[in-house]
Amino acid sequence: MDILDTFAEAFRLVWRLDADLVEIVGLSLRVSLSAVALASLIGLPLGAALATRRFPGRGVLIIGANALMGLPPVVAGLAVYLMLSRAGPLGPLGLLYTPTAMIIAQTVLITPIVTALTRQVVADLDVRHGEQLRIMGASGWARIGTLLYEGRHALGTVALAGLGRALAEVGAVMIVGGNIDHVTRVMTTAIALETSKGNLGLALGLGTVLLILAVAINAGVGAMQRRPQVRAHG
Amino acid sequence: MDSPLLAEETIEARGLVYRRDGAALLDGASFSLPPAKRTVLMGPNGAGKSLLLRMVQGLLRPDSGEITWGGVRPKTALVLQSPVLLARTARANLLHALRIYGVKRRARGDRADELLAMARLEHRAGTHADVLSGGERQRLAIVRALGAQPELLLLDEPTAQLDPEATAHIEALVNQIHASGTRIVLVTHDIGQAKRLADHVVFLDRGRVAETGPAEGFFARPQSEAARAYLAGRLHF
Repeated sequence: MDILDTFAEAFRLVWRLDADLVEIVGLSLRVSLSAVALASLIGLPLGAALATRRFPGRGVLIIGANALMGLPPVVAGLAVYLMLSRAGPLGPLGLLYTPTAMIIAQTVLITPIVTALTRQVVADLDVRHGEQLRIMGASGWARIGTLLYEGRHALGTVALAGLGRALAEVGAVMIVGGNIDHVTRVMTTAIALETSKGNLGLALGLGTVLLILAVAINAGVGAMQRRPQVRAHG
Repeated sequence: MDSPLLAEETIEARGLVYRRDGAALLDGASFSLPPAKRTVLMGPNGAGKSLLLRMVQGLLRPDSGEITWGGVRPKTALVLQSPVLLARTARANLLHALRIYGVKRRARGDRADELLAMARLEHRAGTHADVLSGGERQRLAIVRALGAQPELLLLDEPTAQLDPEATAHIEALVNQIHASGTRIVLVTHDIGQAKRLADHVVFLDRGRVAETGPAEGFFARPQSEAARAYLAGRLHF
């Protein structure tokens, strides 16, 4: 199969919405969107608290979150594997090689990203709004809620950055998911496998979908960054 | 707005000291805020006026000295020189503030509309705060503070960056608020504005109260060299 045939096969699979391809894309989105939702549930309030509250251990948490932004996916996968393996503390739950394990691994991977970026966004907003909110007598949670809402566009960008990282990673889901056909096979692991098998059409088709998603995410980020451009006059 | 009991009490500040990085930003400031008056704080830049307002609001604690309220500490509200508004509509800014102040959900809408009317901003209710003019932003910030029903309203140079028309609107609003029973403390560098608004003046110089008293006497016969130089537009070292 020459390169043109490979592209033609990839286009045919995408155009016809090949069942295997749709299943793999669907599982990828389900896993990564779930991980982003969980990471946001943890990272948004935690990042906001790190930005606005002073408590023992805060500095360590900030350094930890910043450092873990660069956590290699295989390391995250290995850590979750050790927790979920039969000998691990969560072994009895039987989660290894399931989509749930993949969601946990990706959550571990992107929670530090969401936390660290949220802390920076909220800290910047607190410089502007913090004194006014104190004047108004806003309690700690009211202050955090206000700042999170005020930073909603920037925080949407943070969530999309997390989604991009989750969709693109391969190491963590490979280790804890096992790349099992029709069970835990996602786009990145399928591309790696199909390429090694010489099935370049499906690999390229998946790669195309992944690229389209990456472009869509970047377009979303761009749109969110353009929205709050209204400025004062007079 | 409820007429506050505070209007009958004199607020006293005694020996307020506030030091940072070895410099005394307030250096034993003492003064009284007489009942039911509009007090204007005047003085050159760096005299400690804005610091004093933040201290009265409770945002800062003096290193020494105290403020006595003549009874229960009144409900205060501070309006900053540059209004800090949320990135939402004028009405939504008020609704947010009323929620923070603990106003019940059902009452917030009507109260927000009352405040918008007071600021003459009904027609701007749905306008994003970022595109309001400077004067409109400041009026919105003032009525937002009123949402807390303060007994003492602290205004830090509310017209510093405004044109004469916008300034006149703010002054009219301040007079309306005072007439409804809220005590006013206002910082300004605008001597004309101070003459129009002040019943009582506290003049600060280098962290100390150089002079204080009824406005009429202060403007006619300033007693301190610092105040005379300031009113005459002369440099004073």
